[in-house]
Amino acid sequence: MTSRFFENIGETLYTQTLSNGLTVLALPQPGFIRSFAMFAANYGGAMRRFTLGNQVIDTPAGVAHFLEHKMFDMPNGENALSLLSASGASPNAWTSSGMTAYHFSSTSKFEENLRTLLTFVSTPYFTPESVAKEQGIIGQEIRMTEDSPYFAVYVGLMRCLYAHNPIRDSVIGTVESIARISDKTLYDCHRAFYAPSNMTLCVAGGPDPDGIAAIAGEILPAEKLPVPEPDFGPPESPIPLSPGTEKAMAVSAPQFMLGAKLTPAENGEPLHRQELVGALALRCLMGRSSPFYTGLYADGLLSNDFSADVDYAAGTAAIIAGGESAEPGRVRDRLAADVERVVKSGLDEAAFGRARKAAYGSRLRGLESFEDLCFNLARGHFGGYCPLDAFSLLSDISADECAAYIAENLAPERIALSVITPANMKG
Amino acid sequence: MERTREEIMPGVWLTALRTDKFKTDMLSITLLSQLCRESAAMNAVIPSVLRRGTTRYPDMDSIAAELDELYGAAAVPAVRRLGEIQAVGLITSFPGDNYLPGGEKLLRKAVSLSGEILLSPNTRGGLFLPPYVDGEKQKLLEKIRGQINDKNTYAIQRLIENMCACENFAVSRLGDESSAEAIGYQKLTRHYHELLASSPVEVFYCGGSDGYRIKSAVKETLSILRRGNINPDIGTDIRMNAVESEPRYFTESLDVNQGKLSIGWRLGEIMAEPDIAALRVFNAVFGGSVTSKLFMNVRERLSLCYYASSVVDVHKGLLLVTSGIAFDQYEAAKAEIFAQLDAIKRGEITDGELDAARRGVASDLRAAMDSAAELESYWISANVGGMDCAPDELAALCESVTREEIVAIANSVECDAVYFLTGREAAE
Repeated sequence: MTSRFFENIGETLYTQTLSNGLTVLALPQPGFIRSFAMFAANYGGAMRRFTLGNQVIDTPAGVAHFLEHKMFDMPNGENALSLLSASGASPNAWTSSGMTAYHFSSTSKFEENLRTLLTFVSTPYFTPESVAKEQGIIGQEIRMTEDSPYFAVYVGLMRCLYAHNPIRDSVIGTVESIARISDKTLYDCHRAFYAPSNMTLCVAGGPDPDGIAAIAGEILPAEKLPVPEPDFGPPESPIPLSPGTEKAMAVSAPQFMLGAKLTPAENGEPLHRQELVGALALRCLMGRSSPFYTGLYADGLLSNDFSADVDYAAGTAAIIAGGESAEPGRVRDRLAADVERVVKSGLDEAAFGRARKAAYGSRLRGLESFEDLCFNLARGHFGGYCPLDAFSLLSDISADECAAYIAENLAPERIALSVITPANMKG
Repeated sequence: MERTREEIMPGVWLTALRTDKFKTDMLSITLLSQLCRESAAMNAVIPSVLRRGTTRYPDMDSIAAELDELYGAAAVPAVRRLGEIQAVGLITSFPGDNYLPGGEKLLRKAVSLSGEILLSPNTRGGLFLPPYVDGEKQKLLEKIRGQINDKNTYAIQRLIENMCACENFAVSRLGDESSAEAIGYQKLTRHYHELLASSPVEVFYCGGSDGYRIKSAVKETLSILRRGNINPDIGTDIRMNAVESEPRYFTESLDVNQGKLSIGWRLGEIMAEPDIAALRVFNAVFGGSVTSKLFMNVRERLSLCYYASSVVDVHKGLLLVTSGIAFDQYEAAKAEIFAQLDAIKRGEITDGELDAARRGVASDLRAAMDSAAELESYWISANVGGMDCAPDELAALCESVTREEIVAIANSVECDAVYFLTGREAAE
C-alpha cells in the first residue's frame, strides 16, 4: 500500500488499487475503540439507463435503492443485517442519486464483520418471492416519504431544475415503478455496477491497512470487469425547466428549497477545487455570518434550520439552499439582491478571511465523524481527488474566485424555488 | 480518558474528560430546572435570546464574526428534557490545540465567549431587548407548531401527551403554544435571573486540555454568576402503574398516507431499583435494534410496517413503541407487538437474540467513547440520573445481563395507552 501523511491534520491515508480494480482507502485511527467501514458503489438512483453487452437496459425508478435492500439476503437464507448485528456491529446502507453505500461500525471483530460486508455485497441472491415481499416493505417506505415535507420540497426542486435527467425522480421510486422490478432487473444492475472496479472500500480505524486490502483481495472476484457508462440523456440547459413550484401539505409553516444548476468540473483537482470554492462561496453569501442570513433571521424570515450546499450526483451539480420561511419569495429576492451586490463589488475581504478560517475549522470537525470521513473519501475517489487535500488547498482560494463563482452560477434566471405551503390540517 | 468531576462553585458541577483523541474540543454549560407547563417555554427560549447578542458582541453578526474568527467554532443553544428535568444551555465546540495553522490556541477565548453569551446579554435598562425576545418567541412558536411536520416523532409526542396528561412529563421540552405566546421581555428577564441564581449547573468539557486548565478557565468565566438558593429538589416523579386497569385508546386523524401506531407502558415495580444495564438489553431484545423481536417479526417476517421500534426512558420509567403502518394493518400490527412482548414474558428469547442484544448494546456504549457529542449527552443524562458509571463500564455490565433479568422487566411493565394517527379518509 502507498501511504501519505497529512502533517497539518495528523492523519495518514493508505491507498491500494487491487488487480480487480477495487480501490481500498484506509485511515487508521489510533486511540479509537470504534472502526468504520464503507463499501460503496459508484451507482445510484439516477443511473437508470445503460448498455450491458449489446443490449440497452432501461430500469424503473427506484431500482438502485431496491437492490440495496435486497443485497442483505444471503443464499444460505441468512440476512446480513442480522448477521452483522449479531456480532455486535451497527450495519446500515443508503442509496442516493449517485451512490450506494453499505457500512458498519464495530468495536470488536472488525475483520469478521468486514468479511461479512464484502461477501454479502458481492453475492447477489434474489428470488421472485423475496422481490415481491420487498415491494410491500418499500411500498410502506414510499408512503412514509410521501408524508415528509422535506422530501417533497426536494423532489419539487429537482423537477423544476431538470428537464429530463433521471435525478428528477425520487431515489426510492413510486409504488407503480417498483412494481416493475423483477429478480432479473436486480441481477442485471448488480452485474453492471457492482464490479470491484466501480467500487471503493473506505475504512476509518480498523487493523493494519495491509490486512484490510488482503481481505478484500481474498473475498472479492479476481477479474476486472468492464463497467457500463450510464446514459443520463442529452445535456441539461443551465436555465431551470420551470422557475418555481408549490404544493400544499400538512405542515405548520412554508418549507422552501431554492436551487441552481451548474456544470460539474472535470474529475480530479478541478472538481475538488470547484467543490471547495462552491462551499466557501456559499458560506460567504448565505452562511451563518453572512448579512443575508443574519438579516433575514432578524426579520423573522429564516431560522437556524436554514442550510446551503452544493450537491453533486450523476453528472449533475446543483446549489441547493432551504429551510422554513413565512415568505420564501422574499428570501429568493434578498438572495438576488445580494448576488447583484457581489457581482458589482465583490466579496468583503475581511469577512472572506474569517469565512475561510471557519471553513477550515468546520472541515476539521468533519473528521470526527468516521461516517462522513469515509463518505467523503468515497466521493473523492469517484471524483478523482483526495478530500484531505482540502486543508492545504483552502488557503489558496481567493475572494475573487468565490465572487466569480457566485456571479456565474446564481444569476436570477438560474434560480428555481420549490415551496411546500401549509394545507388546512385539522378538519 | 481521564475523568474528573468537581463542584467548582455552589451548585456548579464540572465534568471534564481529558483525551487526545479528538481534533475538536467540546464545552457545554447547562442549567437544570423542573419541567413544568408554566416555565418550560420561557426556559426553552432563553438560550436563543442570549445567542442574539451580548454586551461585547451586541448582535448576531458580531457573534458570528467572532465564531468565524475562532475557526468556525459553534455555539449552539440546547434545550433538552431528561425525565421531568428541563436542561437548557449552550453547547460550544472549537478546534483543539494541535491542529491550527500557526499553533493558535482557542480554549480561553472559546470558554470566555460561552460565558459571555450565557451571562452578559445585550440589555437596555437591565432588560432583554424586545426585538430579540419577540423574534425568538416567534421562532419557538414555529418550532412548537412544527412538531407536527415529522409524523414519526409527532405520534410519540401525542402518545406521551395523552398517556401522561396529568404529569409534568406531558410538557414538551419546548413548552406549549399558549405559554410561548405569553412570553414577554420583562417577565423573561426576571425569569432568566431566577434561573441563573437557583438552577443546578452542569458544565461538561471534553478535549485535550487538562482538568486544571479547564477548571480555571470556566471558574474565571463564571465568576460573575450570582448564585442564590440552589433548588435542591428538582427531579422526576415516577409513576409505577398504568393510570387505568385497561389501556386507554386514543385515535387522531391527519391528512397522511401512512398510519402511526404508538404504544406506551409504565416500567412498573422494577423502577423501584432500576437496573440500567438490564433495561438497555431488554430494549434491544424487544424493539431497540435490528435483531429485535419487533424488527424481525413485525417488519421482516410479516411486512406489517416500514419500521417498528422501542425506546426505554429510564428517567421517567416508560417503554414506548412506535411504528409506521398501512391504515388497515392497525389491528394486526398492534396484536403482533403485544404478542412479541408476551413472548419475552414467557422467556422465549433465543441465545442468539440475547447475545446479539447484549453485544449490540455494549458495542454502542463503547462506541460512544469515540464521540465527544455522545459523551456529552451520556454524561448529562448520567449526572442528572445520579449514575457514576462510564459508558465502557456500563457496557461490561450489559454483557452479563441474564435472560431472567429481561423476563422480569417484561413481566413488570404495564400497558397504559395506545395512540393511533390515521388518515382523514381512513377515519371517515
